[in-house]
Amino acid sequence: MASAFDYAPAPESRSVVDIAPSYGLFIDGEFVEAADGKVFKTVSPSTEEVLSEIAQAGEADVDRAVAAARRAFAKWSALPGSERAKYLFRIARIIQERSRELAVLETLDNGKPIKETRDADLPLVAAHFFYYAGWADKLEHAGFGSAPKPLGVAGQVIPWNFPLLMLAWKIAPALATGNTVVLKPAETTPLSALFFADVCRQAGLPKGVVNILPGYGDTGAALVAHPDVNKVAFTGSTAVGKEIARTVAGTRKKLTLELGGKGANIVFDDAPIDQAVEGIVNGIFFNQGQVCCAGSRLLVQESIQDELLDSLKRRLSTLRLGDPLDKNTDIGAINSAEQLSRITSLVEKGTAEGAEPWSPECELPSSGYWFAPTLFTNVTQAHTIARDEIFGPVLSVLTFRTPDEAVAKANNTQYGLSAGVWSEKGSRILAVAGKLRAGVVWSNTFNKFDPTSPFGGYKESGFGREGGRHGLEAYLDV
Amino acid sequence: MPTTASAAHPLTDVTASDSTLRRFLHGLPGVDAVGLEARAASLGTRSIKTTAKAYAIDLAISMVDLTTLEGADTPGKVRALGAKAVRPDPTDRTAPATAAVCVYPDMVAVAKEAVAGSGVKVASVATAFPAGRAALEVKLADVRDAVAAGADEVDMVIDRGAFLAGNYMKVYDEIVAVREVCGTAARLKVIFETGELSTYDNIRRASWLGMLAGADFIKTSTGKVAVNATPANTLLMLEAVRDFRAQTGIQVGVKPAGGIRTSKDAIKFLVLVNETAGEDWLDNHWFRFGASSLLNDLLMQRQKLATGRYSGPDYVTVD
Repeated sequence: MASAFDYAPAPESRSVVDIAPSYGLFIDGEFVEAADGKVFKTVSPSTEEVLSEIAQAGEADVDRAVAAARRAFAKWSALPGSERAKYLFRIARIIQERSRELAVLETLDNGKPIKETRDADLPLVAAHFFYYAGWADKLEHAGFGSAPKPLGVAGQVIPWNFPLLMLAWKIAPALATGNTVVLKPAETTPLSALFFADVCRQAGLPKGVVNILPGYGDTGAALVAHPDVNKVAFTGSTAVGKEIARTVAGTRKKLTLELGGKGANIVFDDAPIDQAVEGIVNGIFFNQGQVCCAGSRLLVQESIQDELLDSLKRRLSTLRLGDPLDKNTDIGAINSAEQLSRITSLVEKGTAEGAEPWSPECELPSSGYWFAPTLFTNVTQAHTIARDEIFGPVLSVLTFRTPDEAVAKANNTQYGLSAGVWSEKGSRILAVAGKLRAGVVWSNTFNKFDPTSPFGGYKESGFGREGGRHGLEAYLDV
Repeated sequence: MPTTASAAHPLTDVTASDSTLRRFLHGLPGVDAVGLEARAASLGTRSIKTTAKAYAIDLAISMVDLTTLEGADTPGKVRALGAKAVRPDPTDRTAPATAAVCVYPDMVAVAKEAVAGSGVKVASVATAFPAGRAALEVKLADVRDAVAAGADEVDMVIDRGAFLAGNYMKVYDEIVAVREVCGTAARLKVIFETGELSTYDNIRRASWLGMLAGADFIKTSTGKVAVNATPANTLLMLEAVRDFRAQTGIQVGVKPAGGIRTSKDAIKFLVLVNETAGEDWLDNHWFRFGASSLLNDLLMQRQKLATGRYSGPDYVTVD
């Protein structure tokens, strides 16, 4: 018999997705070149292979797209809700039918493991369209008045960590409520949004209702500043969010921001330890930690610190890092060279400030952008790694002695997007959760998403809610 | 490889009295059912193919306790079972033998003879299996009988009634008593009947109780109730043996039993072992499958890997 139980590689086939050598902008139902002919390349983070060449939208293209969305708005908003629902249901079903293709595409372009795109992202994408399709003809019962009206043209800018899911969070409620959309995907992950444009065509969505403009920050800035945009929705970094807030201030545009986070994951001494370990892993290593609501600060009760850390380190040693298309892979590639260097420099800073890094033995592939799962002990509230969002697979471990101290430390952050509480005692969970200043508090679980559940932040994590009934409000004139 | 409860370990004190034992068992970390089942399900998706699969199948065959526990068992049937345990695939001598044959105490002598000289062990379910509803003396007599007939391993059931009533010390004392009768002659597997314990917290407590009392193996179930071995309860027991060894240095085996019928299922259990307790348990001294129909599926899969074709049930022996 062999000496070790090695799993066989099980890579998902790339042949299910057909990536064209180049893509245009999607404006008024057509793929078109950028007005100034500019293009950029999108690469696969796990191999650095160039996947495709993408048209880069400039100001003239933003004008064109917003004008197309404005023309489409008149008809789209006048449709009965039940008619808009039909289109959304159709989009949801097409996404389900093409989910394998879209999952592989997303993994190629983003670097995250196939088991996440296949088992988490795509089912949630479809679920969001189904959910908001259900609301489209019931808006007068949503609690926002008897005849809530759409806002008009929504300019939406989304990040690269969940490209298709963030698109769904933005586009589904916008269309359900009768708005039309101009969306800018992130420059490192434009492909799934362009495939979504094709899904819209397949669904027979009227021209101009959805427009997709790949590009860099300047494209997003032009979209946000465009005078004929009525609503701006942004998910991304806090720095860019602040800039957008400045741009929009004083205009009549409605704004929602989903920004950074530094989520606290609080483990009490009576917690279900084995499941807490899984929750910690899922909280910070899901999508390589590139999640705004990641549980990047572990607050563990001092009395079980050693036991929990031993379990956690043992568990990290079983994480499998490598080819994101392999279904056995737990940790994929970091999205870009730029992000990798940001993570690396913050980790160096953590070490320099006296925190102790630990990583399991882990071989990193020779090409692509990779970072080994890392945890820091000896961290205090004063450390940079306990305050700044790292947006990578890096966990900072802090301790506490009393529930009050846990709450004080958890809330001692400029952010407030997510938190987790682990305890077998229901009354403690409820008491602590009620005191945490975070948009989402998970108890005895982490990083669970559902279209019916509103999501959003406190403080520098932004404002407004996406998902659930609350998510409708951001796209209605109420 | 400590095999008796007398081995001193740092937890000896907790069994000093009813109340210390209760406090210890209720102080174990809780189990979150949703999280446990999610973890078990996610481990079920690891890909085991080609070389890894061939290795896993042979490993699984070598871990089978080939079992017949019917009122209608005859010496002839037990002899056939023994022959199959020794040489599972008559057409392919490279197939490994199973770990043991598992029979009622009155069949131990027959089984012993059937596997003589092969290294295959004989396990016997004693202690008024499967309900365990008999006086301690009767249970001990049952065990004595099995050991005297040459059983290498004794599979005992715990008194679920006492456990559910919170009478942990009674359960502990019974296991210790059976352990004593087994002595050095037989390894002791303690069956919890997890389907009757009903909560994961109870299963974790029972696991620790069994190990504190000197179990060599902890075993999910008898195979005689509706819910037997599941990935989740086996994962939980693997966590328990892993933590017990970390605290005491004593390694205890795990045996899921009942309801594992296909190679695919068996391989998922091996993944649980590999990623929870670790490689040290990937050996039939520390992990077993209590199964009767599993072996044939493993053999058919093995033939498929060897020949590239499925053969069918007529190419493996019926028991």
